[in-house]
Amino acid sequence: MAQQRVVITGMGWVTSLGHDLETVWSALLKPSSGVGPITRFDASTFETNFAAEVKNFSLESILGAKAKEHAGAGLHSQFALGAAMQAWKQSGLAQFAGLDRRRMGIYFASGEGPLDFGNFARTNLASWKPETRTCDAVAWATKAATTLVAEREVEQEPNLALTHLASAFGCRGPAFNCLTACAASNQAIGEAADILRRGDADVMFAGGAHSMIHPLGLTGFIRLTACSRRRESPQTAARPFDATRDGFVMGEGSGVLILETLEHAMARGATPLAEIVGYGSSADAYRVTDMHPDGRGARAAMELALKQAGIDARSPGKDGRPQVHYISAHGTGTKENDRIETRAIKAVFGDLAPRVPISSVKSMLGHCIAAAGGVEMITCVLAIRTGVLPPTLNLHNPDPECDLDYVPNVPRDVRNAGGVDVCLSNSFGFGGQNDTVVVRRFIA
Amino acid sequence: MRRATCITGLGAVSAMGVGVPALWEGLVAGRSAVGPLTSIDASGFGAKLGGEVKDFSAKDHVPKHYRKAVKIMARDIELAVVAAKEAAEHAGLITRAGLPEGQTTGTTYPAERMGCHIGAALIAAETVELTTAMATAVKESDGEFDLQAWGGAPGGKGAMNNLTPLWLLKYLPNMLASHVTILHGAEGPSNTITCNEASALLSIGESMRVIERGAADVCFSGGAESNINHMRLARLQLAGRLAATAGDDNGGDVPRPYDAASPGTTPGEAGAVVMVESLECAQKRGQKVLARIAGFGAAHSPPPQIPPFAQRRIEPDEGLALSILAALRDAGIGADAIDAIVPHASGIADVDTPELGALRQVFGTRLKEIPLITLTPNVGHSLSGQAGLMVAAGVMALTTQTLPGRLHAGSPPPDARAEKSSSRSVNLRYIVVCTSSLGGQNAAIVLSN
Repeated sequence: MAQQRVVITGMGWVTSLGHDLETVWSALLKPSSGVGPITRFDASTFETNFAAEVKNFSLESILGAKAKEHAGAGLHSQFALGAAMQAWKQSGLAQFAGLDRRRMGIYFASGEGPLDFGNFARTNLASWKPETRTCDAVAWATKAATTLVAEREVEQEPNLALTHLASAFGCRGPAFNCLTACAASNQAIGEAADILRRGDADVMFAGGAHSMIHPLGLTGFIRLTACSRRRESPQTAARPFDATRDGFVMGEGSGVLILETLEHAMARGATPLAEIVGYGSSADAYRVTDMHPDGRGARAAMELALKQAGIDARSPGKDGRPQVHYISAHGTGTKENDRIETRAIKAVFGDLAPRVPISSVKSMLGHCIAAAGGVEMITCVLAIRTGVLPPTLNLHNPDPECDLDYVPNVPRDVRNAGGVDVCLSNSFGFGGQNDTVVVRRFIA
Repeated sequence: MRRATCITGLGAVSAMGVGVPALWEGLVAGRSAVGPLTSIDASGFGAKLGGEVKDFSAKDHVPKHYRKAVKIMARDIELAVVAAKEAAEHAGLITRAGLPEGQTTGTTYPAERMGCHIGAALIAAETVELTTAMATAVKESDGEFDLQAWGGAPGGKGAMNNLTPLWLLKYLPNMLASHVTILHGAEGPSNTITCNEASALLSIGESMRVIERGAADVCFSGGAESNINHMRLARLQLAGRLAATAGDDNGGDVPRPYDAASPGTTPGEAGAVVMVESLECAQKRGQKVLARIAGFGAAHSPPPQIPPFAQRRIEPDEGLALSILAALRDAGIGADAIDAIVPHASGIADVDTPELGALRQVFGTRLKEIPLITLTPNVGHSLSGQAGLMVAAGVMALTTQTLPGRLHAGSPPPDARAEKSSSRSVNLRYIVVCTSSLGGQNAAIVLSN
């Protein structure tokens, strides 16, 4: 059987810059920053005390009465439900009487749910025996039994966002959750597309949801020295590719796409927003703490995705431009990532690399970790559909090792320069898992 | 034509010990390795028995240059790393781990043709390690944790600095795959699936698809998890999934799969990794094929309420039935071809009953003729690792044409062949391995010899 083509028919996101496609997109093009002081817990003395938090979010305003069924949902699951409902509405699937829910699946990239930190800390401290510097397991268990709340504990399971989504939309098809750190959403989109290509489903929800803006999440990244410490100026702290960058800024949210076989979308008269044409997954297999210095895995992921898309990165297209018109970089703003990602892009695109516009919306939305790839895939599709590229904010001091075109500070309207037909989106995870997805303007 | 896939190597660390021979020998003997918990004082928890891996450290199993890295491995990671080593060796693969340090040539496969899909859990932080640091940030007034003392900026002198800098990396679920890919030089597609009990089967299914589409030739595949820690025991207890047991019980009384009166399951820990390989590649290198992976299927069943605690459920689990039917269709066979089933068999009555209903839907009245291979009474339940053990046991049954002994202290319904029995020789051609999960994700694979 011929492989199915895979198109996107719905998209939605919840981010620090808003909770619907138009609001966030116009904020990205303004451009503006979603970063501010952390309000979710007292982070006032944390070396990084700022993040790109989702603000004024109400699940009820998106889900209506249905929100009650998800009253206990962890914050990330609420973001996921909000994003997925937008995608669902855009897709028009709700109006399609012929929808077979056993052929509708979900491949999600949810992180862990919110730790019930106060009760967790109380339980740990109740068990502490300072004389022996040990924890008394009986005291721990006794405190846990009266302190920890069953619902909050179960909501932390990484597959629970998936469970909420599948229940809300009645998915009965293949269901997966993956958590390859910062690469997870791209992996989910790529694998969901493969499930559709082989004909194992007609419709797949794909994307991710995550919030690590909790005391231990932030602690973990601060101890790894991965976060920016620019406390005096949070809104300019996320500065990917800038010579003065000092780490990433934590973000949170969700980006959800509805993928569909072209056949299924056409049969119900849906409008494809774009087509997923390539996916590559690789591992650095180098070190748990560092990326391979040559960006070996990053390069492999890009090359595999481009190969599947049938694109020769080193040859210009018929219009003389590179065949990829925009790269949504992983672009975290850490010293290491941005330098190595640049090196990998040069290795893949050769002489054409300086002519491919690249940007990192993490400069505005922060790093949404497992949700990043979902959010950034939506920016790629919007770039294709509007012909405007979102910028890399806060890029004022060029780094000699980052010498490509990062669309600094100002969005770029390329409608008169051939527009945007093909985008490549990178996501690289701590621990070395790398995923790249290539998306193209849909042409029947 | 899609590429056929097979299993060429098995690796397992379970309560039976390190290695598949220990697991299989214990299963065939009908032995239980479930006993009073020793690595943790469980007297404050409801469940005081479990399937623990005794005297185990990955330090004894990794190359010398990698021993230091064991310090940043949570127990779950150690279990996965050791199981992966056994699987690769069993499959006759020379990987980077088997070469002198620094040598990059001489492996069986090029690095980019080796993938890795290892399912993982939300890994619980070690209580003592974290609390030792947290105890340095306590308010004297009320004994509560003091976030301001924890942070300590400006100047960065906060109590959080009492945590080792790499603390987070010890607990990220993708570190199971990360360490395995680093040790073995596997640079191909790599994923970490986190769907609790379904994680390992979904991972093996994904390895199969990755090889089918030509993105890799061989993959490390499976899952690992340890439940023998404070947080996991508390969570499972709160979710109503663990049987309350006394510390002086002998193993084997719980769990009692498919017994409507079974009080719950027993915690366990395990790492189970198999080598999924392209059949053509395995044959080309003259490697013995242990089993074919003939089919894979996955489906979701929305739980009646969220969060999905163990709850009174009697209706058949539709998603489990759909996933088995999809796997059978993928294998191009009918339900009548199945000679044995390795089901989840958790011993949680409210999980077992819908699962049995699904098996009845798929296999009808013939179900009573199909032997079940149940593992939880022998080794406890390791959630994300469990289905990996189930696949390893299924492959051993196929290669030895033997049904392992079965432990059971209760009374399963007559059409669920889960009663106590001794091991015996049988003719097995096709078997199904299947599981549901807390959360509603289901998966099934069909194995054949």
